[in-house]
Amino acid sequence: MIRIGIDVGGTNTDAVVMDGTQVIAGVKAATTPDVMTGVVNALRDVLAASGMDAGKVDVVMIGTTHFTNAVVQRRDLAQTAAVRLGLPATASLPPMVDWPEDLKRAIGGHTYLAHGGNEFDGRVISPLDEAELLGIAADIAAKRINTVAISSVFSPVSSDFEKQAGEIFARALPGAHITLSHEIGRIGLLERENAAIMNACLRDLSAHVIEAFRKAIAETGIGGKFFLTQNDGTLMDAAFAEKFPVLTFASGPTNSMRGAAFLSGVKDAIVVDIGGTTSDVGSLQKGFPRQATVAVEVGGVRTNFRMPDVFSIGLGGGSHVVETAQGITVGPTSVGYRIITEALIFGGKTLTTSDVVVAAGRYDLGDRSRVGHITPDFIARTQTRIMQMLEDCVERSRLSPEPLPVIVVGGGSILVDGPIGGLEVVKPNHFAVANAVGAAIAQVSGEIDRVYALAEISRDAALADAKERATEAAVAAGARRDSIEIVDVEDVPLAYLPGNATRVRVKAVGELHVA
Amino acid sequence: MSREIYRLTEADLEPLAVGAALLGTGGGGNPYVGFLRAREIFRQGAAVPLLDPASLTEADWIGEVGGIGAPVVSIEKFEQGDEGTRALRAVEEVLGIRVVALISGEIGGANAMEPVITAARAGLAVVDGDGMGRAFPEVQMCTFFIYGARPSPAAIADEKGNVVVYRNVIDMYWLERLARHTTVDMGATAMLALPPMRGDFVRRTAVPGTVMQAIAIGRTIKQARAKRQNVVDRVLETTGGRLFFTGKITDIRRHLVGGFARGEAILSGTGDWVGSEGRIAIQNENLVLWVDGVPVIMVPDLIVNLEFDTGEPLTTEVLRYGQRLAVLGLPAHDLLKTPEALKVIGPAAFGYPELSFSPLGAAA
Repeated sequence: MIRIGIDVGGTNTDAVVMDGTQVIAGVKAATTPDVMTGVVNALRDVLAASGMDAGKVDVVMIGTTHFTNAVVQRRDLAQTAAVRLGLPATASLPPMVDWPEDLKRAIGGHTYLAHGGNEFDGRVISPLDEAELLGIAADIAAKRINTVAISSVFSPVSSDFEKQAGEIFARALPGAHITLSHEIGRIGLLERENAAIMNACLRDLSAHVIEAFRKAIAETGIGGKFFLTQNDGTLMDAAFAEKFPVLTFASGPTNSMRGAAFLSGVKDAIVVDIGGTTSDVGSLQKGFPRQATVAVEVGGVRTNFRMPDVFSIGLGGGSHVVETAQGITVGPTSVGYRIITEALIFGGKTLTTSDVVVAAGRYDLGDRSRVGHITPDFIARTQTRIMQMLEDCVERSRLSPEPLPVIVVGGGSILVDGPIGGLEVVKPNHFAVANAVGAAIAQVSGEIDRVYALAEISRDAALADAKERATEAAVAAGARRDSIEIVDVEDVPLAYLPGNATRVRVKAVGELHVA
Repeated sequence: MSREIYRLTEADLEPLAVGAALLGTGGGGNPYVGFLRAREIFRQGAAVPLLDPASLTEADWIGEVGGIGAPVVSIEKFEQGDEGTRALRAVEEVLGIRVVALISGEIGGANAMEPVITAARAGLAVVDGDGMGRAFPEVQMCTFFIYGARPSPAAIADEKGNVVVYRNVIDMYWLERLARHTTVDMGATAMLALPPMRGDFVRRTAVPGTVMQAIAIGRTIKQARAKRQNVVDRVLETTGGRLFFTGKITDIRRHLVGGFARGEAILSGTGDWVGSEGRIAIQNENLVLWVDGVPVIMVPDLIVNLEFDTGEPLTTEVLRYGQRLAVLGLPAHDLLKTPEALKVIGPAAFGYPELSFSPLGAAA
């Protein structure tokens, strides 16, 4: 199987061509403001570098930080109406109550509370009030808002109200993008609602971005399917990704960590992914990123996604290096994707970390003569500062005093030379494009979430049934049956329900099967 | 002598919630939602006086309000807002009194926040203490009832406007039973106002200082993270607790018995406990820790699970396969370890008659 993995980062768009488990070629291209040009450039470059005929490519996997960045930077977000069904319950905490003010403002802070919602056992808190919802829809229309997130109390138990309200809004607001919270999250109203609102405010952008990817791929003559990677390292097809852009959150760190494990063959390690603007540090356990166990914040908003536990600092290949009264400071500001015009070695006027590394003679990049004036003392102090920053975050990510290796990947890896905090550093082949490799090797998952009455079926039988259904779901999503593994099993009894009801959630993952 | 030892402001709410989560010993419900509700009110300018329990007298009536229900429901169906006040006013009406302050029945978990929220809304003070010093699953498992508080009048209020008053209840078990059933009918979350108590009784029976203790724990965790110190070590210093096990969860078994989630977490030892197996019995809260089959901590002493590297207190419902835990033991307050208390909150009361309570000593 010939596959192309692409990772669109804030600074670089990386691409690899893989034949089975062999990396044939990897390239980096600058991320462009329109995304598409950078993707087309990367695709063309990697096809050229690998000598691969575009027609032979079976599948393209794309990991993108586009949507995360949009939320973090508060740009390209649609004005969004957040409608919650549940009154009189939940009035003490309206939607977006725990959002940072600037993000709330960026999407307008339009929140509505309406009747509806279910009790834990499916009983109705209050009936849906169509007239009330039509009144809200009229207000939304008057504000010219085109995207709506609907949440309802206990919608993971009973999704009827969200669906009915969705239909009412779809009729009243033709063409509006509507996100229903039960399709995105699990129990935990605020977190599920937050994810739904973020998804909703990204829908305009996702339609644009997915179309741009589709065009970019078609332009290079590739006929294979394309997928986007989700935060758990598995794939979703383009149509699904367009509806659920929020599921791409944090796929970048997952891809780079999975890629680092794949390339180095090391399964337990600290991974440092140094990009142009930031470094992400996380830990790898048995080849998979360690998941955060507590609520994960994205752009300051609490969600209940399962995400890799990654710590980020403002250190990258494009970070500004500035001499101040307190000594050398590195980052967090960065020239980002403008490194190819603004860094000294590329003829620009801004001193970056990459300039210092080239001045030190540790790496050959751009025009070395432009950094000849940097003194050995300045170089030494900058390098000391960089290593201190890396040591600090590696230390934070260590789970034990055992000496684990540190796998360093990403385009900014040139900043690292020698051990970090006494730990051995591994720089695998193709280190610069590990995230694209991670995207290329992403798997396919099937997930099942069902309630079993343990009065009728034993726990073991229920789990076995759920595992079988998850496996079938993974096969249906495109996984090769003989490669499927059950990666996550969760069973939670539902208190007070008759018949010892237990909610079982199982996730199965396998290799993508290409016919 | 000043009765007011401190004034709670918005800045105290987050540390209080974090500390309360730790003292919840795995249960008590997540205080995050209560923290947000409190913050909404405090942002409108509320400040709640905190009273020294030692300063309370017979002339003071002290009210007790708390949420009752299933923790999983409380993160989904939030309060309308006035439930606590409605329930409190109902019991005051029956007795023909007005309370001066509220106290938490249970500092561990979500009920640390409820008296603060209702006090802020109703313009009352809060007493620096509670009835458990931790969390327990049932209303009667608190020092007030153990040492003779009357079980009625009590009142329960839901978000829809229903208020049920228990004018006469023969004992605390009946109150628990009646309130629990009403709560289920109300949608498994409601606010309960317990019978107001005389100040001198609260002075003698409350576990003192636990609001400030929770805030201190919360501040410690926050500071340790900011300074990148080992959170587990700092928590041990602040609480006087001891580390009893470190390990990775290899299995979680859960089932329901009589409306309560019972289960066991099995841990494979790490660090100093490599090769050992830990087993934690769970019934809403962490009840017993066995290491290689030997019981080493048991109720009412506190068993606290912290995520090993972040020091985040973990509730029993978020425990998952593969998590790495530090299991801490904190000695319970002496009021919880008398013979009459152990009848209600000792190992036998939780279905472990084979275990006779052996208290934790001071920190090693």
